[in-house]
Amino acid sequence: MSAVAADIQSAPAAPAQGYWRAVASRLLRDKVTVVCALVILGLILMAVFAPWIAPDDPLKSSIFKRLQPIGTQGYPLGSDELGRDMLSRLIFGARLSLVMGIVPVLCALGIGSLLGITAGFMGGRTNTAIMRTIDVFYAFPSVLLAVAISGALGAGVLNAILSLTIVFIPPIARVAESVTTQVRSLDYVEAARASGAGSFAIIRVHILGNVMGPVFVYATSLLSVCMILAAGLSFLGLGTKPPLPEWGLMLNTLRTAIFQNPWVAALPGLMIFLVSFCFNLMSDGVRAAMDVTR
Amino acid sequence: MLAYLFRRLLYVIPIALAVSAVCFSLVYLGPVDPLMAVLPPDASLELIEQLKAAYGFDKPIPVQFAKWVARAAQGDLGTSIATGRPVNSELARAISNTFVLAFFACTFGFTLGLALGFVAGYFNGTWIDKLVTSFAVAGVSVPHYWLGMVLVIIFSVFLNWLPATGMGTGGSGDWAWDWEHIRFVILPAVTLSVIPTAIITRTVRALVADILSREFVSALVAKGLSEAGVFWHVVKNAAPTALAVMGIQLGYLLGGSILVETVFTWPGTGFLLSIAIFQRDLPLLQGTILFLALFFVFLNLLVDVVQTLLDPRIRRT
Amino acid sequence: MTLLTVNALRKHFPLKKDLLGRGGGTVQAVDDISFDLTEGETLGVVGESGCGKSTTARLLVRLIEPDEGQIRLEGREVGTAMPLAEARSKMQMVFQDSFASLNPRLTIEDSIAFGPVVHGLPRAQARGRARALLARVGLEPSRFAGRYPHELSGGQRQRVNIARALALQPKIVILDEAVSALDKSIEAQVLNLLLDLKAEFKLTYIFISHDLNVVRYMSDRVMVMYLGKIAETGPSESVFAGTRHPYTRALFAAMPSMDPERRTKQPPLMGDPPNPINPPPGCRFKGRCAHAEDVCGRGDIALTAAGAQHRVACLMTQPGSGHSSAPGKAA
Repeated sequence: MSAVAADIQSAPAAPAQGYWRAVASRLLRDKVTVVCALVILGLILMAVFAPWIAPDDPLKSSIFKRLQPIGTQGYPLGSDELGRDMLSRLIFGARLSLVMGIVPVLCALGIGSLLGITAGFMGGRTNTAIMRTIDVFYAFPSVLLAVAISGALGAGVLNAILSLTIVFIPPIARVAESVTTQVRSLDYVEAARASGAGSFAIIRVHILGNVMGPVFVYATSLLSVCMILAAGLSFLGLGTKPPLPEWGLMLNTLRTAIFQNPWVAALPGLMIFLVSFCFNLMSDGVRAAMDVTR
Repeated sequence: MLAYLFRRLLYVIPIALAVSAVCFSLVYLGPVDPLMAVLPPDASLELIEQLKAAYGFDKPIPVQFAKWVARAAQGDLGTSIATGRPVNSELARAISNTFVLAFFACTFGFTLGLALGFVAGYFNGTWIDKLVTSFAVAGVSVPHYWLGMVLVIIFSVFLNWLPATGMGTGGSGDWAWDWEHIRFVILPAVTLSVIPTAIITRTVRALVADILSREFVSALVAKGLSEAGVFWHVVKNAAPTALAVMGIQLGYLLGGSILVETVFTWPGTGFLLSIAIFQRDLPLLQGTILFLALFFVFLNLLVDVVQTLLDPRIRRT
Repeated sequence: MTLLTVNALRKHFPLKKDLLGRGGGTVQAVDDISFDLTEGETLGVVGESGCGKSTTARLLVRLIEPDEGQIRLEGREVGTAMPLAEARSKMQMVFQDSFASLNPRLTIEDSIAFGPVVHGLPRAQARGRARALLARVGLEPSRFAGRYPHELSGGQRQRVNIARALALQPKIVILDEAVSALDKSIEAQVLNLLLDLKAEFKLTYIFISHDLNVVRYMSDRVMVMYLGKIAETGPSESVFAGTRHPYTRALFAAMPSMDPERRTKQPPLMGDPPNPINPPPGCRFKGRCAHAEDVCGRGDIALTAAGAQHRVACLMTQPGSGHSSAPGKAA
């Protein structure tokens, strides 16, 4: 009897912690991730409150004050090739750059997960049909695909967002399908089927919760790539149209000015790098936090 | 086995055609009429009609597509509207230029990536490892087109050691292994190599760390295996995956990086594609996209086949 | 009363060819399996890995669709006369891997309550039933109901799985290697729990295991499977005491024993482990049987009586089968 008692009473005395709470507490203890998240948050706030923070009008140009160096009176970070204040343009540029970097990943997350989970859960011919189509897109490097789609659709912010969403749907769908296929064959899903549950109930209760975690982590790793690609599209002239402020476009228009004012020309790229770097470190932190539980 | 391979190979063609068809139609759905892009705004109706007939734009779209496919199958990809030269020769030159760039980028990047990855994996957990890993993360976070600009700023604007753009005189046709030519390729190659280096560093590091931590390695060391012996053992186990990753990266580079080539005005396939897009040069655009589509679908098939062959879990029946 | 009748169950799995056309063939996992289950008994199913025990279990609860054969529950055919949902509430299964059997994101209570909720019970009542069952399997509800699977030990998780199986108030519980992954002392406790529950809830068990001692302890009747077919079946004591099939004999001879007088002199089985892909015709044990003859390779070997309710699929026990050791033939 004492052996039985030992087995039953041996459970840990600590109160049960929800899965998400465990992840959150682990994340908060990871200093690097917290710092990066704060940086991104700061930039988002800067973008939202740009009209109040920026010292000048980002679209106001001046022929006489073109390509002023950093530290000029009235132009703390210099001016661009049309005489517009760089600091203001960088602050306002955060709006479009961040939107174009985040929105496509969100949209792709939604559509890609839907496709992937459906393919993974249904299996068989549905799976083959969906995944083969996706594989065709997956064969191409993201840059090429984005450029090809944007090239066909034409320049513009919305077209670029559409193009990038299409580019990111295949990788997310693949991850979703792969995880769903794994989870679907696990014993607890079989047990759920054996208790007579219908497909929707099984997906809602058992599959979604266990699949969205890894898919979400993967999607966060795509944020940095999307930032770079979005700015890259604008850099090629396929994204934001002038005279709107956006970091990639600014790199494009300032390129010819490298020899006259190299520092100013390099500034927008620095911002892209900073955001992308933070997204990358954050995504690594999120992945580490979600892995350890279990 | 060969029958299966052949069948898979056959799929490449309809896929490439499907991609081309999609491109073909999308261009027509795009905002600018392809012909209008090349003509001056005040061109006479007569001229417009002449050019339309010459390029076959007066026929309905499916007919145009069919004609194009028929010609492409015979190796004729039409004539570029912008330059007047046959698309084939433009493509051929661009491909060899990209090849030169990819070659240098790969040599540099793979060597560096392997070395860094190995070091990081061996010293797993120490500050060396953390330093290398941070570099690798930075490497994939940096917008490579911006990095190219920065390198140009440092080495062309400030130091004036290396040229900022171009491939030098003659292109790959006149390639020679001398400073005159190599100095043009250094900056683009280094820029292009950053991402592959970072990826290979991360991959090799993970592989090496994993192999070293496995129990059978401890067993080998306990039996008296020397440092060199362990090293060779790690190499043998890491080689298949590392080679696969390097192969994939090489493939991507051979396809041409449009962004880097644009920054340095390197006349490769990527640059050709951007010219075709912006000048709405339809034949050139279609030809380039067809080539790239075929290339990448084929590359994917190759990767799949090699991975299947290398997978030890599949019994050889 | 016969609760379950299984007739000529068959399931073959086609193997996919890979990219280069290698592989292919069929795994004949379950081939022409027929048996009955009487109410209140425990049927033990034994065999090596790959013999088809787990596949049979999954076919019974319809997690896999059979290629051929009928399953009759309480006289009505499952799938036609008896709807699947009803059959599922009467037959439940406990799996081997206690951890993989539980959704890591759900609390224990919610995992157990899931089945009843799906069948229409209001959530509050389902939770109540879950707690009652937790108490019944020895896990105090106030301490365990809100816990997550990773916070329990293997034995505790398996108790949860048993509670979950009982939540739908089934008549038959299939235990697929349910105690195989547990430490021996825990295993003994869980087995005794199972016996208690069987008596209290008037259950019928199908107990699948590769551990012969456990099967002997738990089962009233035994069924021995080999490569998808039944080799021998009969009352537990009859089969264990008077084994007739060469495979069963070899299996039992390989059982570790505490008796120092019992020593194995030679390996009980010859030949290579079986390949379930594209098996040859005739007796599937032929390649490893010390008594195999040519006649064993022709045609299907049927189960024939070799004692009261004891049936064997071996030509050596069939009178007039053509085998040199068969009864009724001049020596």
